[in-house]
Amino acid sequence: MSSLTTTEANQASSARNRKRLTAFLFVVPLLVFILLSFVAPIASMLWRSVHHPTVTNLIPLTLQELQRWDGQNTPDTQTLSVFAKELHGLAKERQSGKLAEEFNRASAGMSSVVKATARKLARLQDEQLQQKGADILLASHRNWSKAEIWYAIQRAGKPYTYDYYLTALDLEIHQEHGIQVREDTQIYLQLYSKTLTMALVITLFCALLGYPLAYYLAGLPANRANLLLVLVLLPFWTSLLVRTTAWIALLQTNGVINSFLLGIGILDQPIEMLYTSFATVVAMTHILLPFMILPLYSVMRGIDPSYLRAALSLGAKPIPAFARIYFPMTLPGLSAGALLVFIISVGYYITPALVGGTDGQMISNIIAFHMQRSNNWELAAALGSLLLGLILLLYWVYDRFVGASNIKLG
Amino acid sequence: MKIPAYYGFWHHLGAWLLKTSSWLVLLFLILPILVIVPLSFNVEPFFSFTEGMLTLQPEAYSLRWYSAILNDDKWLLAIKNSFLIGICATVIATVLGTCAAVGLARDDMPARRLITALLLSPMIVPLIITAAGIFFFYSNLGLAGNYLGVIIAHAALGTPFVIITVTATLTGFDYSLARAALNLGATPLRVFFDIIMPLIRPGVISGALFAFITSFDEVVVILFMAGPQQRTIPRQMFSGLREQINPSILAIATLLILVSIALLITLELLRRRSERMRGIEQNS
Repeated sequence: MSSLTTTEANQASSARNRKRLTAFLFVVPLLVFILLSFVAPIASMLWRSVHHPTVTNLIPLTLQELQRWDGQNTPDTQTLSVFAKELHGLAKERQSGKLAEEFNRASAGMSSVVKATARKLARLQDEQLQQKGADILLASHRNWSKAEIWYAIQRAGKPYTYDYYLTALDLEIHQEHGIQVREDTQIYLQLYSKTLTMALVITLFCALLGYPLAYYLAGLPANRANLLLVLVLLPFWTSLLVRTTAWIALLQTNGVINSFLLGIGILDQPIEMLYTSFATVVAMTHILLPFMILPLYSVMRGIDPSYLRAALSLGAKPIPAFARIYFPMTLPGLSAGALLVFIISVGYYITPALVGGTDGQMISNIIAFHMQRSNNWELAAALGSLLLGLILLLYWVYDRFVGASNIKLG
Repeated sequence: MKIPAYYGFWHHLGAWLLKTSSWLVLLFLILPILVIVPLSFNVEPFFSFTEGMLTLQPEAYSLRWYSAILNDDKWLLAIKNSFLIGICATVIATVLGTCAAVGLARDDMPARRLITALLLSPMIVPLIITAAGIFFFYSNLGLAGNYLGVIIAHAALGTPFVIITVTATLTGFDYSLARAALNLGATPLRVFFDIIMPLIRPGVISGALFAFITSFDEVVVILFMAGPQQRTIPRQMFSGLREQINPSILAIATLLILVSIALLITLELLRRRSERMRGIEQNS
């Protein structure tokens, strides 16, 4: 820089800035598109897992009254009658079902209590409600006098909450003991560990099956290897649903494999293979195997076979020569393939849903369940955020060691 | 693999084991797919081979499941939807993705690593999470349950593949060609279409094919946000496999295998063309 005058330096830097701007402008349209169509939806899902104002909007006055509550005994009469009034209003507007669902999430079994009470309150006149609302509420179910119920309501009424993350981690918050392991149902942590185990098993199988094949292909003359590579690429390009269908046809009780084994007399009666975690692992290994073979093959193609020959001719035994000379050179391909297979299989949904039965379900399936069946979108969002965190961590590792843009396609 | 003359017994055994296990893996890869094809001609409504099929009796085979598809409005709608959504999503993904890849390949691109990681993320984030997020978000915008929403979502999922393939053709791209054209007075737009585009065309086309197959094969997002009018082939197969399994699924699967064979051949031709154009010798 010292040889340039200030003007020249400025010109150079402005020219450089102009170039950077031009490059950036090329990227802007896609960046905006991806931010709006992909990143924003996911961000809004993350937001939903911590922001849940439904109860706040349904019973705002009760929650305001509850702020004065000591947390020990039944709330005072004023609070109770305000709640009775709000529940009465909700029942009239046919909104009490929504509240019942929300309360049930906060404390299991509250759904019927809220519904029954709402029915009772709906019949009352306004004057009656004004005078005796609190008494009627307490009389309609003993739960309304319990402090822990009001504590749960108070928590459910907070617009910002981390309760769904607690549920997703099999924890619950207790009024006295604070955060503790859930007593009734512990399913999610187990499901996470099952998902990770299955993904690991699938990755291992892919490596065990893919490595020798890639090694064999890498040793063939190019035109012959390309020909055999078609047998790897065809499954890669075939629809996921087609491959899953194929495994259903193969693994069914009356399917191809069972009929074959019965036919040649190995089996006396068919074995149940479909709708088990075995089916999920086999089908997913088949589906993800190309993701392992392709990076391995491309790395092995680049390795000069004379290294191994040199080791052998210098007197190394074949197995140590392979393990100490060849294998370390294939590690980049192996780790790229393994990470890719692991990342994809952790978040898999379709194949477990179709061939896994109840035994072969993974974390994605429970997210779908909460989205579609139990309508607990917030819990689905919390479970999804944890999964996303895990995937992003792995993606970061992949980007560090392999480089995201080095993903090989076909 | 060529076996040198100095190989002893163990070497031979090793080579033989390698060859056998490799062929077993190849069979594991290809057989499940090939099994579908004969099963789709089954005259019976089963997913397995009947005795008649195994003894090759002509009356055990039929085209009834193919004609069942052609006479079923749901399947026809699904086929139409798959192509409509796939083609629209591909056009959007290819235009935006190519443009971005050209920018990302330039040396002066600021924050390249971060932006690349961000733009490739639709490929990495599990589909169930994408689908959940898109369902919440698009419902609020009135984009759930119509074609536009599905097309936008599929376009987003397809762009990473376009970026990857186009970037691959841009590596080793000689920018002095573009600079020469600019020096000679061509407008930047003309440089893009007359100089850069012909050189990266194979990458663009194979990226477009990837984007198309991504949309064509996608079912999770459809499952969550598409209405009954946007059912695609995979969506129809998914509900078929869950509710009532019958071999029309195998017939459509056979047709899809033909589609993938066609794609595979096209890609291979493109790859050769790209290597020829960039002057990379086939080293065999």
